[in-house]
Order: sequence, then C-alpha cells, then structure tokens
Amino acid sequence: MSVHIRVNPITCEAHGLCAELLPERIHLDDWGYPIVDGRPVPRELMAHARRAAEACPTLALLLEREPR
Amino acid sequence: MNSGPNDATRLPRLLLQARGEGTMTLAEHLQLRGELATSDPHAIVEAIADAGLRGRGGAAFPTAEKMRAVIANRSRVGGRPIVVVNGAEGEPVSVKDRFLLERVPHLVLDGAALVARGVGARRVIVTVPDGDDGRRAQRAVGQAVTERAQHRPDGASVEVVSVPDRFVTGEESALVQALNGGPAVPTFIPPRPFERGVERRPTLVSNVETLAHVALIIRHGPAWFRALGTAGHPGSLLATVSGAVERPGVWEIESGTPLGALLGERSGSPRAVLVGGYFGSWVSGDIAMETGLDNESLAHAGASVGAGAVVALGADACSVSEVARVLGYLAGESTGQCGPCVHGLAAIAAKARAIADGSADLHAVNQLTAWGADIAGRGACRHPDGAVRFLSSSLRVFAAEFDDHMRHGPCDACLAPPSLPIGPTPALTR
Ligand code: SF4
Repeated sequence: MSVHIRVNPITCEAHGLCAELLPERIHLDDWGYPIVDGRPVPRELMAHARRAAEACPTLALLLEREPR
Repeated sequence: MNSGPNDATRLPRLLLQARGEGTMTLAEHLQLRGELATSDPHAIVEAIADAGLRGRGGAAFPTAEKMRAVIANRSRVGGRPIVVVNGAEGEPVSVKDRFLLERVPHLVLDGAALVARGVGARRVIVTVPDGDDGRRAQRAVGQAVTERAQHRPDGASVEVVSVPDRFVTGEESALVQALNGGPAVPTFIPPRPFERGVERRPTLVSNVETLAHVALIIRHGPAWFRALGTAGHPGSLLATVSGAVERPGVWEIESGTPLGALLGERSGSPRAVLVGGYFGSWVSGDIAMETGLDNESLAHAGASVGAGAVVALGADACSVSEVARVLGYLAGESTGQCGPCVHGLAAIAAKARAIADGSADLHAVNQLTAWGADIAGRGACRHPDGAVRFLSSSLRVFAAEFDDHMRHGPCDACLAPPSLPIGPTPALTR
C-alpha cells in the first residue's frame, strides 16, 4: 500500500506547521502555502507524515492511499 | 449525389437553418430533423461511444465514458441520476453554447432527453448564465421547454435554472454546488459529480454543444457523425471567432479545418492566435494559419481546442498589455478559496502589469515562470492551471515583446485601445 499526501487547498490557511514537521516532503511557496512532493511516503517517514497531518489546525493535510 | 439535410459531409449540421435572430420552434425543428426514434438506453450509450464524441466544454472527455461512470454509480450507490446541461459559458470569448440555446434549443433538449434516457435519469436541469448575456438563451429555452411539455413529453422533467455569469461557474463541482443551493464555486473533490452530485445523486454534467451533437448522432448514426472531422476528433465543431478577423461570430466547421480558413486570409497573418480561450494557448500567427483546429494538429503547436474559442491578435496590438489585462481578469475570477490561486494569480497579474508598464526588473519573466510552476495543480479546481497555461504560452510566443518591455518600457502599441474582451461578453453574435 502506498500513501500519498494531498492538501485540501480550500481549508488550508497557510499555518505552515506541515512544512516544519515534514520538510522532506513539504515546502512553502512565497505566500506560505504548502507545496507537496507527490511521491509516495516511504515507511520511515510515515510517523512524521501522520504527525504533520494531525498538527494541521484546519486538518487540510490528507494522507491518501491513491494518488489523485 | 444526396445533398439533403442527411448528407453526411454537408455543413452546417447543428446550425442547419439556424439563420437570422429567431429561435427554431418545435414544429420547425421536427419538420427539419424528424421525430426522435425511441432508443433503448444501452443503444444510446453505444452509439455515442461509437461516434467517438468528446465533451465540447473544454476538457474533451469521452461522453460515453462519463455516462458509464454515472450508470456504474447508479447501481453502486443507488439513486436515480440527474442530468445537468452545462450552459454556464462564463468565458468572455466564447458564446457558442448560448448561440445554440438561443437558435436551436430543441436540438439541445433532444440531446438532454437522450442522455437522460441513456443513464436512466428522469430529471434534466438546464443551466444558463444570468444577467443580460444569458437573457435571450433563458427565454428561448424556457419557451422550448413549454412547447415540449404541451406536445411531446420527453420522459424527463426539464427545468431551466440561471446561474452566475462568472468564469468559474461552469466548472462541474461549482455548478453542482450552486444547484444544491450553495455558492457557485468549486468544491474539493472527491466526490465528483458522477459519484455524488445534485441532491447527492449521481449526476451527469454535459456541455450544451455536446448534447446537440448527441441529438444528431442518435438520428443519423455514428458513421454519419464520423464522416466529418479527424479520427481522433470526429464530427463538426462550433468555434467562437473574434479579434482581428474578417468575420467574427460563431461558425460551425469540420474539426481539423485549418485556422486560416476560419480567420480569413485576406488580411494576412495575425500576430498570434489564442486557441481555446483564456485557459488556452497562443500560437504565433504564421503557424496558426496552417494548423488544423483539432487536438492532434494543435498539440504540435502546444495548444488544444478547448471550448472552441479562437481569438486573433492583430499586428497593431501590444501583446504584453493584452496578456497583462487577461491575467488581471483571471486573477479577479479566482473564487478566493485557495491560497495558491488567490495569491499566486494576483502576484502574476501584478508582475505582468509591471512589465507592460516598464516598471519591472529584468528578472520579472523568470519570476512569472517560477510562480506559474509553483501554483499549477494546487487549486481545488483547474483555474490556476488554465491561467498558467495561458501565461506560459504568452511568455513563449511573445518572448521578444516581453523582453523589450522589460528593457525599454512601454511600446507605441501599448496606447492602442484594448482588444481582448474581458468581463461580460461583447455582442459577438448579434
Ligand atoms: S483554485 Fe481558484 S478558482 Fe478554483 S476553487 Fe480554488 S480559489 Fe476558486
């Protein structure tokens, strides 16, 4: 099973915590919104990815099984 | 040789006898086209598949596949599907869908009734832009629906709903949200409309022109449809032609027809031609004139047909100023929901304006390219992607002009009156 990260751009408010917690996969654009690396999340990063998703104040960071 | 209305290679097809300003009545329509034979639902889907019909709203998705997705969800989640006729043509340089609704509404309603039968829907909702731009279409469709109710029930109830005349309204999820009583702005997907749409039912959203073709495919058969056009892009298509051309307006052509034939060659090549509207791509004039209006031919020039809007930019216009205006318009049409779209498009529009005004530094074009790459794919809908497509082709085709403005400031043509329309659609067809 491969897991991919996706952002709900409508609920995202550019808090930026995800980029701090998962810099291996997420960096911020010039306005503070996350740019996500679309490759599957490797097993060793899964715990970080989950933490990043849980830390998002608007729950805009999604972990999904299929790439969209 | 047969040259009657059923002759497969004769044009126009959709616009046959759609002359003048009037609306074709039901009686005229039936006399011209004949009654619709009632077909079995499966046969309708198969005929549309065999015809190779693709959606004419811009995305060119195979219509039969979309219908099958709705049918699959009907059995999976239950619930009778709904058909939405997408007439929310918010693109300032496209008027062909309203043209069809105004002149030949019964052809569109035939198509809607057929796809409703095909997917097992009993309810059809026709959406038309509100305000002045959509008024004639609203009236024509409203009358057509009344005529049909009196004379020949379709088997599906049909209602006409006006929706905001904005660029993004025609995006499927926006249309569905509007019909569910919400704002006409896109939603985060999934669910997609075919999964859960109007009233949470599987919903087929189909473009006006697409449905008009369906009405003829079911009458004359897939082979008739394919007798015109290319293998990958069969049939005829409606193009809305504007700008520096001999004959602006809505024209029905065989797909694959060279743009030169559509634009008129008497006045020579335009500086460039925008193909596919404001989500489309510029093609430089000399190349465009030789290129066919179909997706395979246009792919070589980095463009696609989109919804068939074709705009020629004259040699006397300033490409940089025109591009900056359109980018400003597109930034203003963001629905304000997604950060990368809101901030990214605003920054891109401001930077393009600064280049046109001569107040940008020499890195401005690189900055535009970088921002474009940053925001593509990062909205809930494809609005940023479309704007970025327009931007990239502008930077490619008008590279010399952009460079010149960065170095030397405004050109003489910058003072010319604007030529690309933004906001409410000009009287292209009137
Ligand atoms: S990408 Fe832009 S236009 Fe589309 S929903 Fe988000 S803010 Fe609205």
